[in-house]
Amino acid sequence: MTESYDEVMQLLCDRLNAIVNSNTLVTADTNLITQLSIDSIKLLNLIMEIEDAFDISIPINALADVQTVRQLADLVHKIKTSS
Amino acid sequence: MSLLQKLDAAAAARKAMLPDGVGAFGIPIEEVYSATEARIGSRRVILLGTNNYLGLTFAPECIRAAHQAIDQEGTGTTGSRMANGSYFGHRALEREFADFYQCDSAIVFTTGYQANLGTISGLVGAGDTVLIDGDSHASIYDGCILSGADIIRFKHNDPDDMEKRLRRLGKRVENTLIIAEGIYSMLGDQAPLAKIVRLKNAYGCVLLLDEAHSLGVLGETGQGLVETTGLLQQVDFITGTFSKSLCSIGGFCVSNHPQLEQLRYVSHPYIFTASPSPATIASTRAALALLRNGSHLRKRLWENCNQLYAQLQEAGYQLGPDPGPVIAAIMDTPQQALLMWKSLLEHNIYVNLILPPAAPEGKSLVRCSVNAAHTPEQIRYVGDTFVKLYPMVAV
Ligand SMILES: Cc1ncc(COP(=O)(O)O)c(C=O)c1O
Repeated sequence: MTESYDEVMQLLCDRLNAIVNSNTLVTADTNLITQLSIDSIKLLNLIMEIEDAFDISIPINALADVQTVRQLADLVHKIKTSS
Repeated sequence: MSLLQKLDAAAAARKAMLPDGVGAFGIPIEEVYSATEARIGSRRVILLGTNNYLGLTFAPECIRAAHQAIDQEGTGTTGSRMANGSYFGHRALEREFADFYQCDSAIVFTTGYQANLGTISGLVGAGDTVLIDGDSHASIYDGCILSGADIIRFKHNDPDDMEKRLRRLGKRVENTLIIAEGIYSMLGDQAPLAKIVRLKNAYGCVLLLDEAHSLGVLGETGQGLVETTGLLQQVDFITGTFSKSLCSIGGFCVSNHPQLEQLRYVSHPYIFTASPSPATIASTRAALALLRNGSHLRKRLWENCNQLYAQLQEAGYQLGPDPGPVIAAIMDTPQQALLMWKSLLEHNIYVNLILPPAAPEGKSLVRCSVNAAHTPEQIRYVGDTFVKLYPMVAV
């Protein structure tokens, strides 16, 4: 598959900027929980959207180690390239 | 941040969301008068926030059976069945559940929560996949997490979305467990079981259905959604609870797969907890007999459900899609839901206040649960009060 890491990161930042109505600009180092205070259901729904955007399966238990946008992008990219 | 500081921060966030709502959760119930009335503070209220769907909490048959069991077997079993043994009642109740669902095997658990934990974590493990509805009950999520399987959610009650995700799993579908619920606890809507069964057969997965809120409510004999849809033989595992229509505490899993029995040896939520007390088992057995022969109760229940649902819909309330014993009025904001909840209490009506993230998709709900023991007058009074209060929350 062809999506590059940058494309994954861009999509994540765009989607996150759209769903958090705060003044924080979302970047790779933004912490999803402490800075965006995304609640668990919002995060899980975002995961569904990402699955659809890249046509992959992201098990939600794999999110246990994800805190920042970069870590999420790493996970998505890893699944994307290994599928 | 220290461990205790983290709890303080969470408490502060909760209070900030709804400063006046602090008393709304775990409200003290001072006296219970019947299946439909209790005292909260100095008010005699109509109970519309229970899951007592058949109204059996004071059924004389159940009370008598519980008394007798305490007299004969004592107050508790003081241990798990694995270590301390299975009483006659545990085994009898399992036979009765197997017979009720025309299944080969049944296992009784100590709560419905543990029935899901124990069944799911016994069926799947690391390397397997669970495909669950996005609005699943916490006991289903927790069971999946305990299992170590990969957890994939599909959009609530959306078989097309489910199929998309099944397709993506590729070869992994062979080791996939699909989980849905008969009636969803928050909005009261029913799973599209026929479509789910078609997909599970097409992809060769295993299906678990939690009938917690549909047991006793749906079907001629009260089996649940499997009975109204005629799909009993197509569902691999059915779980449920004794805490709602059966008016006690406990849970079960039934199946025609002989492998269910193996769960007794591997499932921690079954093994490492005390078995249900003799009184609990005895009242559950009596309630199950009433439930099976309770078509008159279901008739009363559905008359109440249909009347209240129609009246609230007519008044303009936004409701869940299916009429049923769970009738949820969907509010735009937590503040509106709290206002409505408080006003209903001032009118001596007790309902459930449900705020995000407990309610689906960030919604806030005023959740009513209707039962067979509510009189037509009580239901009319509740409906009329909702109608009167509507302008308060209308936009
Ligand atoms: C869908 C569902 N499953 C399981 C449970 C757990 O049942 P119990 O109260 O017996 O632990 C509940 C009730 O809270 C429920 O709503």
